[in-house]
Amino acid sequence: MDWTAFWLSLKLAFWTALLLLPLAIATGRALAFKRFRGKSFLEALVLLPMVLPPTVLGFYLLTVLSPTSVIGGGLAGVFGSPLVFSFAGILVASLLVNIPFAVQPIARAFESIPETIREAGFVSGLTPFETFKKIELPLAWPGIVTALAMVFAHTLGEFGVVLMMGGNIPGETRTMSIAVYDSVQGFRFSDAGLMSGVLVVIAALAVTIVLAMSRRYGTGRRP
Amino acid sequence: MGGLDVRLLQSGPFALDVSLCCAPGEVVALLGASGSGKTTTLKAIAGLMRPQGGRVTLDNETWFDSDAGIFVRPEARRVGFVFQDYALFPHLTVLGNVTLAMGHVEASQRAERGAEILARVDISPLAGRRPDGLSGGERQRVAIARALARDPKVLLLDEPFSAIDRPARQRLKEEVRSLALSVSVPIVLVTHDIDEAAALASRLVIIDAGRTIASGTPHDLMTAPGSARVAEIMGLGSVRF
Repeated sequence: MDWTAFWLSLKLAFWTALLLLPLAIATGRALAFKRFRGKSFLEALVLLPMVLPPTVLGFYLLTVLSPTSVIGGGLAGVFGSPLVFSFAGILVASLLVNIPFAVQPIARAFESIPETIREAGFVSGLTPFETFKKIELPLAWPGIVTALAMVFAHTLGEFGVVLMMGGNIPGETRTMSIAVYDSVQGFRFSDAGLMSGVLVVIAALAVTIVLAMSRRYGTGRRP
Repeated sequence: MGGLDVRLLQSGPFALDVSLCCAPGEVVALLGASGSGKTTTLKAIAGLMRPQGGRVTLDNETWFDSDAGIFVRPEARRVGFVFQDYALFPHLTVLGNVTLAMGHVEASQRAERGAEILARVDISPLAGRRPDGLSGGERQRVAIARALARDPKVLLLDEPFSAIDRPARQRLKEEVRSLALSVSVPIVLVTHDIDEAAALASRLVIIDAGRTIASGTPHDLMTAPGSARVAEIMGLGSVRF
């Protein structure tokens, strides 16, 4: 069992979920409630990482964030070192890959709030921000938990884009799923089996949370 | 407190040409077919939609004036609104629904005031319950309690009896009538039921395709509807003009 990879995976999943959450709430809410130009384009953009092969996304990230590119060179100047083959790099990749898993459940949760409930908040004297905080957020909470569980589990299992962007550097970019691959390559099947088992347990927990939350949508939380 | 004066004008996406006024303590019923613009009119009064033109004033307060560029947001209008589906907050208790509308009351006094309002509409035992466990009639009372919790300057009721069975409806009508007498604010009631309108309102405003086509007392409009369309909306059948 590669504990370094295990903790690195947890660290990556934690930061991905934490950084993605506010962005996903803002985007999901906008997609649910707002009408604006380019909304369909934004919806397509949100879904794109889900349908793109992870290696393709990884290749583009590697190209764009390479220190020889304008963007990558600029970011390397800001952060003091190149993003590729670093934890920061795989975090950027993980954030992008997880956008649909974070935004979609949250957008669906906001969409399920009837318009009159929000209007009732306004006529009850709540400002738009108070309505968001006291009405929308508690009602969208199951969707937010679902998004967190999905992002967490998906980040732990992500392989292609992490390998492309980060390589296989112990303690820096070697996550659990890469360690599983590495173990199999080195014929260390018991290690691979143990780590795979841990990933299965975490994924099963995430799916259980998602299903529990989905059931909650249909059991009278709506008027 | 003065009366409510409403003039709404809009050319699209749905046309509006509505005029109505309502004195304190008076109940005015907006009567019309489904999709005629009744709920839209209520929402415009509450500030939940902004028409292209017109004015909404209450006594000396101007809530909306398109010429002067005035639009007061709904949270600042002190309107009590009972929605057709009641729109209760499903994650809050009955008391929580009521106290949430008491932002203008000192925080320390909200629970006590909330309990008083629940007692007033006879639902004190429901204080700790969530809306999903309530009957239609109970939900309607909670919605009324929440509207009263705002200490409203205008009460807007959107088809408040539509989701209630017939026996409970009659009792609730009586209660709304006595409520109208006790609150002394303008009350605008939306309905498509002429019996309901005649039982509760002192004046009717008939709306058709977004336009006010007639207004008057129930008796006047029943005896002299003035047009075949008004008679049809009022369910008067064949009437001679």
